[in-house]
Amino acid sequence: MTLDKLLVIAAALFCCGLYVVMTRRNAVAVLMGVELILNAANINFVAFSHYLSRVMGGQIFAVFVIVLAAAEAAVALAIFLRMFATTGTVEVDLADQMKG
Amino acid sequence: MTGPSDYIFFAVAALTVGSAVLVAVLPNIIYSAVALLFSFAGVAGLYVLLSADFLAATQVLVYVGGILVLILFAVFLSNRIADVKISNPGRFRLPAAAICLVLFGVLSFTAVSTPFAVKRTVYLPTTADLGELLMTRYLLPFEVASVLLLAALIGAALLSRPDRGSPEGEDMEEGKR
Repeated sequence: MTLDKLLVIAAALFCCGLYVVMTRRNAVAVLMGVELILNAANINFVAFSHYLSRVMGGQIFAVFVIVLAAAEAAVALAIFLRMFATTGTVEVDLADQMKG
Repeated sequence: MTGPSDYIFFAVAALTVGSAVLVAVLPNIIYSAVALLFSFAGVAGLYVLLSADFLAATQVLVYVGGILVLILFAVFLSNRIADVKISNPGRFRLPAAAICLVLFGVLSFTAVSTPFAVKRTVYLPTTADLGELLMTRYLLPFEVASVLLLAALIGAALLSRPDRGSPEGEDMEEGKR
């Protein structure tokens, strides 16, 4: 278990999340991809904080990232439910009512 | 050096990355959500191995216990999940896979080839130190985060309420509830 292995794991998580965000049309699945990307960033923060630093700024930052992810998930899912009630779908490429 | 901790690390890493790949490739969104659960649990295991005990507990509580349940609720409430074609169709699979693989190659090559000045690592409990830092040096971001959470939860509750009558009457209905 070394720093570069952890970075490779985080890169794999990030790429999986990016693939999900790019390919899925369901908004909830896109949100799942975003959560994967946030987790990859968190692994990087904690790994660098553990291996390169004596202070715990990385872990503090990871805590704030988790807080933001929770708030983001709550608001995003509320928006999806409202979108489903209004348009009957949660597919991201069908939400084009405001397009000019 | 190979010891038991290395085997545990490889098992946890395989769980994390394998579940993440499953999230990306599984056709049904319910299966994807369950795979995401295992991926989050694997990340919590990585935090434990990185001596971030508080973060591991927070990861399990917030992600596995909170966000994933929210996601499952949203899936159940907003999808005809029995039909895979409707619930989770994909597009641009090949170009997206190519971009992601190339990006993964670049990122891992950078990570492996960069010489980091790694210090000798110590394994200590961090919860008390984290709490002290949050109450002293990082007090302002902590308070801002709490205000943000409050605003987000109020916004989410307001957004997900069903429509009831005219906008003028909403304040009175708010008071009744």
